[in-house]
Amino acid sequence: MLEKALSGSRLYWSWMLLLALAAAVGFAFYLLQVRDGLVVTGMGRDTSWGLYIGQFTFFVGVAASAVTVVLPYYLHDHRVFGPITILGEFLAISSVIMCLAFIFADMGQPFRILNVFLYPSPKSPMFWDTVVLSGYLALNLLIGWATLGAERKRMPPPRWVKPLIYISIPWAISIHTVTAFIYAGLPDRHLWLSAITAVRFLASAFASGPALLLLLCAAVERFTSFRPGREPRAALSLIIAYAFTAHVFFLILEFFTAYYSGIPAYRHSLGSLFFGADGGAGFMPVMALSAACGAGALVILLMPRLRKNNGAMMAAAVLVFASILLEKGIGFVPAGFNPSPAGALAEYVPTLPELAITAGIWAAGLLVLSALFKITVSVREEA
Amino acid sequence: MELNRRDLLRRAFRTGLALFGSAAAFDVVRGDLLAAGVPKAAAPRRAMAVDIARCIAAGDCRECITACHKGHNVPSIADTKREIKWIWKETFERAFPDEAHEFTRQDLKGKEVMTLCNHCENPPCVRVCPTGATWKREDGIVMMDMHRCIGCRYCMAACPYGSRSFNWSDPARVLPVKAANPGYPRRTKGVVEKCSFCDELADTGKLPLCVTACKTGALIFGDLNDAGSDVRKALAGRYALRRKPSLGTGPSVFYLV
Repeated sequence: MLEKALSGSRLYWSWMLLLALAAAVGFAFYLLQVRDGLVVTGMGRDTSWGLYIGQFTFFVGVAASAVTVVLPYYLHDHRVFGPITILGEFLAISSVIMCLAFIFADMGQPFRILNVFLYPSPKSPMFWDTVVLSGYLALNLLIGWATLGAERKRMPPPRWVKPLIYISIPWAISIHTVTAFIYAGLPDRHLWLSAITAVRFLASAFASGPALLLLLCAAVERFTSFRPGREPRAALSLIIAYAFTAHVFFLILEFFTAYYSGIPAYRHSLGSLFFGADGGAGFMPVMALSAACGAGALVILLMPRLRKNNGAMMAAAVLVFASILLEKGIGFVPAGFNPSPAGALAEYVPTLPELAITAGIWAAGLLVLSALFKITVSVREEA
Repeated sequence: MELNRRDLLRRAFRTGLALFGSAAAFDVVRGDLLAAGVPKAAAPRRAMAVDIARCIAAGDCRECITACHKGHNVPSIADTKREIKWIWKETFERAFPDEAHEFTRQDLKGKEVMTLCNHCENPPCVRVCPTGATWKREDGIVMMDMHRCIGCRYCMAACPYGSRSFNWSDPARVLPVKAANPGYPRRTKGVVEKCSFCDELADTGKLPLCVTACKTGALIFGDLNDAGSDVRKALAGRYALRRKPSLGTGPSVFYLV
């Protein structure tokens, strides 16, 4: 089926070339980083993780969110998702690839990365994250390829796929839970050290992932003959509405404990992240924008008439995606280092190489995604 | 009886499992028997006590820092955001945020004390390391293998004391071969490093470089399991603080007030 990614219109090839170029620029900056070290980034001894790990965390969520279409379709036989389930699975594949690339970009000694498997360390959540992410990638590749291959031959999918699909459902939850455990067990990092970090991650993932999927479906409809139709969009919108509301609710819970308890350490990082309290003004514009996007999205999502309006719902999807990308993909990780162990404020601003490498990984992810979607659309056009 | 492929595989699997299981069980029993026969000598528990008053009295003294950083080829980087430090000065308020208040004694207020890796009994850095590049020795020293480290910096996020430094750039650029101590390895860029309690000296019964360099006797090193050691004597006579004890890390560095 791979050959279907290699034949396409002029528009398709221009798009792929553009993405390849952006990925190449990112890679050139990555070579610079390999040569000079992570000194080319904005990270330092106090803020020792930044944009790469933030983006990694965000895209683990997007990858996990495939479960929001896989579960209703396969577990509850919710046929509405039939046409788009494969798109969700392929979105998961490209997201996991992006995650692995972000991890690789963040390593000080990337060529030693196999040490994670040579010296397995079961006490480390990062070890488990590598294991579950690789497993999730393999599962989705197998499932996606087998179901699409069967669709091409107009046959039911092979029997061995069903158990894999059932395994992939809790597995999706596991990848984001383990990612949350990377943060949620660290002493004295109070923005992260919360029992609800994992559920917060899952709620925001189940809002941002389907929002992206909704936008991708619209793009597929716009540029190809493939018509997923109104119903899957309506069902996705409802999932986004519930998940995003839950996400906002969980955030309010964090604020309550931090501020009502009056314990400075609890309040400190949340306060500096959102209000620039104690001098953390650097994150304020990012978080203000996230909150504004979130408020706008809530208005649309909670009013059925607006949510059912296609244009308004598209706007809501953009707002949800932006709000969570800013909060989780940019703010959450570096802000967790505030205050530093010595009580100092850790400022962090990503540098040009860091931004270029991040953009390059986005482009590479989109490239993989476009190829996979192109294959899907071509198979469906033949059928 | 005809033996088909499936049965063969099934039997082979069961036999293998039984063999493996009994071998493992035998190992466990034998290990217990051996352990029961030989009483093990108690390992030492390395620890340090910092006499805050003496350290403060020495003013701008940096003898311990110089000796440590020279001996361990720690490059001196001016940019505080990217600096590498094994032992350094921190104000009392920053080292002990829970102890400081508006009316902190004048002889402590704003004064600097030495801070270093606490060689915790329950080190979060060791727990999170995905490659076992950092581990705790039997005598409590938290070790760092700078040649296995992949530079993920998870240990830096986990350490609540800021005791770990990352080589953001190639340290050789700041510390040329000629200036380096040939007796200690240099490292590449992209790995984490920290105080080692001079494990190589501890093994031969010698004191760490910082302790030897300290002229005022503010740094005391010894074995917590030996009631006659200098460190135990110091702790017996004075009130001692540890940094952020509520986190449960169990620091092995004590501060005598």
